[in-house]
Amino acid sequence: MSFAWAKPYEPKSPFMKWVDERLPVPRLVYGAVGGGYPVPRNLNFFWNFGFMAGFALMVQIITGIVLAMHYNSYAGAAFGSVERIMRDVNAGWLLRYVHQNGASFFFAVIYIHIFRGLYYGSYKAPREVVWMLGLVIYLLMMATAFMGYVLPWGQMSYWGAQVITGFFSAIPLVGEPIRVWLLGGYAPDQAALTRFFSLHYLLPFVIAGVTILKIWALHIPGSSNPTGVDVKDEKDTLPFHPFYTAKDGFGLGVALIIFSLFIFFWPYSLGHPDNYIEANPLVTPAHIVPEWYFWPFYAILRAFTVDFILPAKLWGVLAMFSSILLLFFLTWLDRSPIRSTSYRPVYKIFFWILVFDIALLGYLGVAHITPLTVALSQVAAAYYFAHFLIILPLVSKFEKPLPLPNSITESVLHGEKQESAPFGLAKTSPAVTAVE
Amino acid sequence: MVRIIGFFVGLGFVGVLLISLVVNGIDAIQNPSPHTAEEEFHLKPKNVAFTHEGMFGKYNREQLQRGFQVYKEVCAACHGMKFVSFYQLSDLGYNEAEVKAIANQWAIEVPDVNPETGEATTRKALPSDRFPSPYANETAARAANNNAYPPDLSLITEAREGGAEYIYSLLTGYQQQPAELLRKFPEAKTGQGLHYNPYFANLNIAMPPPLTADGQVTYADGTKSTVDQMAKDVSAFLMWTAEPTLENRHRAGWATLIFLTIATILAYLAYRNIWATAKREVSIRGPLEPAFRERMDEQKGERGIAG
Repeated sequence: MSFAWAKPYEPKSPFMKWVDERLPVPRLVYGAVGGGYPVPRNLNFFWNFGFMAGFALMVQIITGIVLAMHYNSYAGAAFGSVERIMRDVNAGWLLRYVHQNGASFFFAVIYIHIFRGLYYGSYKAPREVVWMLGLVIYLLMMATAFMGYVLPWGQMSYWGAQVITGFFSAIPLVGEPIRVWLLGGYAPDQAALTRFFSLHYLLPFVIAGVTILKIWALHIPGSSNPTGVDVKDEKDTLPFHPFYTAKDGFGLGVALIIFSLFIFFWPYSLGHPDNYIEANPLVTPAHIVPEWYFWPFYAILRAFTVDFILPAKLWGVLAMFSSILLLFFLTWLDRSPIRSTSYRPVYKIFFWILVFDIALLGYLGVAHITPLTVALSQVAAAYYFAHFLIILPLVSKFEKPLPLPNSITESVLHGEKQESAPFGLAKTSPAVTAVE
Repeated sequence: MVRIIGFFVGLGFVGVLLISLVVNGIDAIQNPSPHTAEEEFHLKPKNVAFTHEGMFGKYNREQLQRGFQVYKEVCAACHGMKFVSFYQLSDLGYNEAEVKAIANQWAIEVPDVNPETGEATTRKALPSDRFPSPYANETAARAANNNAYPPDLSLITEAREGGAEYIYSLLTGYQQQPAELLRKFPEAKTGQGLHYNPYFANLNIAMPPPLTADGQVTYADGTKSTVDQMAKDVSAFLMWTAEPTLENRHRAGWATLIFLTIATILAYLAYRNIWATAKREVSIRGPLEPAFRERMDEQKGERGIAG
């Protein structure tokens, strides 16, 4: 795989040898997440979130498959079938709360993962394709989450579907026909609900497929690391198993504790009360708001209020889609060869402004509209675009980076004499010689 | 090329946003948005202590029974509960015979089909039936209620911001419209057939005050039925109807938390243990170090323990 010293799979039992010779799945697993994948030894806990995202996807798929056994996608019965799951299906409330809050868990993990990538320059060569596949997964997740939110057929489900499919009607000339075609009608109804259910069941498997591609692409250059310095030799790496499996296991435990607090003690805290009212096309909710993970984009959408050449709505929709699409071009927007922001004193300031800016956009996406929040969201949205499209290219041109460590090993040593070799690689370690 | 295009796209978005900012700013200064009565007089729900709150929350069965009594004698005249069945009342501590009797004596009959003629008819409720709505459909409900639609109560505490506390506040919040409100917003005067209630989103609710006098319901357990007490009891009951599995959820939550805490501590120790071999300077203490394992085996052999 990635590095010359990656260990090939050696079957430990005759049975595994027999399997490996006929269908080399054990070899594949060993090379992907076993001892055969060398990983930089200095990864911090921010590198746990990729594994956690994979775990969250599995949780969503498993709970989702069971929920689909009890869910009824007939518009007149969808809301009631969800209540039946909550009340009459054995442990149905647990399945549903895990799935519902699991979406939030998945997005929370993904957001930390994306900010990790932004801070440590994971989008830079040679990992551009890894980053882009990640963005594809993110877009698929957004589509999946949106369609899943429609399925309980509550008020927010219905009106959310109305608003989001309404984006397409902003496209000049063909917009309205496209919207009607997507919905299968002039407003969300049976046709929309059934197709959303079908796609909501399909897309997670597409996500799983893209995830496999992403891991494949990642294993060509290997994982990045907090210094951003390339791996130079065997000393810089540790085998994924047992070192990172152990670290991921601990990280997952902590994440699951936080996740279960939400599932068991605050299951509604991330939802909206209006979604416990059955969908009613004749009553518009006082405030239509999406789930929290869409708030920043909703704020960008709402920030465009003036018809300037194009209609305001079209500006909003264009800006909202651009805000994600521009991330595909990050590699070329940021010309600095330094990956880790820790060594970029000027960009670091802008990075943290961006984090604050997106958090502020999130708040403004859910806040009641007043002149002040509108003005704030315009400033915050302007910074978002300025950050990626104007500031980042300029900063990367003029910035003087801090000196980088010579190697990963040097960055971990902190003045210690020498470290022992990792488990299984100890061939010439003085410790071993002493024992012998 | 990407940077040049990006730069202009960025300028475009920033420019339009700044234009919007200026236009809106001028507009906001020239036409300040008027205050509304809702903004000034709407109140957040009162803070009430319920036993189901918190991580150890449990329902108070006696309170739920009292709340059910209020529902039966007051609310059920207009509100159904289409997701709650009579048999679920056994959760409140009623035995099978009592549940049967409650269903059988329910004032509203449930729709059915006459098995002989096939005509629509009604019959007495069974424990397997849901709590029926007194109205055949929404149109009938609106016709009977001055065009207001009494909502189904199965999920009401989940469907309103503030939950049970909101219901309590609403039930106890009816009052005269304040003179100050009428002075400031003469056009916001409560209309015909509406009732002023500062806890309701638009301040004017169509439902007439349902709990009007102390002693309106005579509690079977002898508790003094003040309006406050009845409102509290029925709010707790409606919390139960919205979430009958709450106690299960809390119990399962604690079991999960305890399990996960132990598992995470073990995972942490395993993590430290495994990484000891990678982080320590020179260590024979790392239990996974092959040389260390060999030496252990040797020692075992010397002491005659079969490896």
